[in-house]
Amino acid sequence: MSDDTTAYTPLADVAAEPGVAKPDPLLKVDDVTRAFGGLMAVDVSHLEVQRGAITALIGPNGAGKSTLFNVLTGFDRPGSGRWWFDGKKMAHMPAYRVARHGLVRTFQLTKALSRLTVLENLQLAATGQRGEAITAAVFRPLWSRQERAIRHRADELLERFRLDHLRDEFAGTLSGGQRKLLELARALMVQPTMVMLDEPMAGVNPALTQSLLEHIVKLRDEEGLTVCFVEHDMDAVMGISDWVVCLAEGQVIAEGPPQSIGTNPAVIDAYLGKQHGTPPAEELTS
Amino acid sequence: MNFELILANGLHGALGATAIAFILAAIGLNIHFGYTGLLNFGQVGFMLVGAYGAAVSVEFGLSLWLGILVGIACAVVLALILGIPALRLRADYLAISTIAAGEALRLFYRSDAAEPVTGGVFGLTGVGRDFYDLNPIPRGSYDFGVIEMTSREVWTRSVGWGLVLLAVILVYFLIHSPWGRVLRSIREDEDAARSLGKNVYAYKLQSLVLGGVIGSIGGILWVVHRQSVTPDGFDPVVTFFLYTMLVLGGAGRVLGPVIGGLLFWFILRSFETFLDEAMRAGYIPAAIMEPADIGAARYVIVGIGLLLLMVYRPQGILGKRKEMVLDVR
Repeated sequence: MSDDTTAYTPLADVAAEPGVAKPDPLLKVDDVTRAFGGLMAVDVSHLEVQRGAITALIGPNGAGKSTLFNVLTGFDRPGSGRWWFDGKKMAHMPAYRVARHGLVRTFQLTKALSRLTVLENLQLAATGQRGEAITAAVFRPLWSRQERAIRHRADELLERFRLDHLRDEFAGTLSGGQRKLLELARALMVQPTMVMLDEPMAGVNPALTQSLLEHIVKLRDEEGLTVCFVEHDMDAVMGISDWVVCLAEGQVIAEGPPQSIGTNPAVIDAYLGKQHGTPPAEELTS
Repeated sequence: MNFELILANGLHGALGATAIAFILAAIGLNIHFGYTGLLNFGQVGFMLVGAYGAAVSVEFGLSLWLGILVGIACAVVLALILGIPALRLRADYLAISTIAAGEALRLFYRSDAAEPVTGGVFGLTGVGRDFYDLNPIPRGSYDFGVIEMTSREVWTRSVGWGLVLLAVILVYFLIHSPWGRVLRSIREDEDAARSLGKNVYAYKLQSLVLGGVIGSIGGILWVVHRQSVTPDGFDPVVTFFLYTMLVLGGAGRVLGPVIGGLLFWFILRSFETFLDEAMRAGYIPAAIMEPADIGAARYVIVGIGLLLLMVYRPQGILGKRKEMVLDVR
């Protein structure tokens, strides 16, 4: 899968340094901070996410990856900062409106809606449903046609994610991996321009990991989606991402193409601690 | 032992206006708790403001029909006052503020300060005159097999059960719409609903208002039936009866509160008569129980019944076991 990364050219000429400008940024983040008491969890001075690329967000535990996700998607309030998605100012926008603008996230601990069926999980996610207004809800003819169209779209997605045999099961009966697939399919029902996946591979067995990775690559290649994901599985990160951003102690300490990131001294410092003995140069590059 | 009387009293209890009023309130609570996952422990407060809205209007010379609208408007206002701050917070805040609000309302309506309007502890009477003036059923007694009803009972009960039917149909259509799907998704996980572009807060507020309004209609029907309203009828325990009915029938089922309510009132009234009869016949010696204890003893039976239900059928009578098992997050 490594040829995917070389096939993607727009980022080829971008310098591998923190906060570097991208040729076509979809998401631009400026001076975003979030403190929990005295602890500065997020302190990102500048970050851009390239449109149509897969960007991985890595960093040791407690680096602020999930907090940054929460802030950018309206699930947490920043101490300060501004950010733009598709040219639109997003600070202080409630989470549901962020999603309606096409920036949809998933969660580290999957949030399958247990007592809704798999199909209902997907149907729910469609936006602009007329039947969601309480005044229209009781008059079925007002929304039945739209509902059919939504069901049709949901069925297509279920087939694509090979969940169609579970269509009428409660989502709560699904396995961890199936839930991750369901969450991804559900996010697509929103018809987003960018998805932010918080640890999509966590708790998924290796066989399903491969299929999940393929689905994520397809989002970029077939739908032109922008993907940003947090992940600890380095094989996955190296395998599918076009660009990697490394966060430590809330700050962007390094970014660059996946090949460069593993040898970046700042990244190694962040993961192993600054006190580690300077290893011989050949060990780093091997 | 007169078993026919036990059955008849049980049926009167299950079909009577009090049961209907409680069933309506439980249908409202089902929207809150069963479908949206809102912990409303003050449903009795909605019944109270509805009942007093109607009673005070009538007392001040308005017609009952206008009074009903006033009662419903009071419930909407109460839902907004409670919901606008509390629904932004975690679920437990709503539970605390609703239980407090229900009790605070009761104390306020019975206070000396409110007496010129609400009649204080003595309450108001003659609430339902307009309603009974409309009674088209000729005076007399009507035989329905085991039970007999007066023309007045037939009238109240038909209108009451008509309202229950309407409420059930409304809830059925709402819940089986995309709107209802959003409500149920909020019950499962409101952050997930948010991440999919749903304005969770607005839906919770709508749910609270709608369920509160249905509860207030229950409260109005109750005082119309009793022809009087006193604050102490709206004890916090009413809310817990509503929860008992809901859990008994199955929360999150359209007919759950109806089945639960029928059963709850049937058991309560028939068991009361059973104890009374047994005592008269001398089966229960006075050393064990006196007639004054019957009122308390019947709740023991409801409690034991509920206990058995929790052990053998935790999802309620209409609930699906499969859903219950999934209810672990």
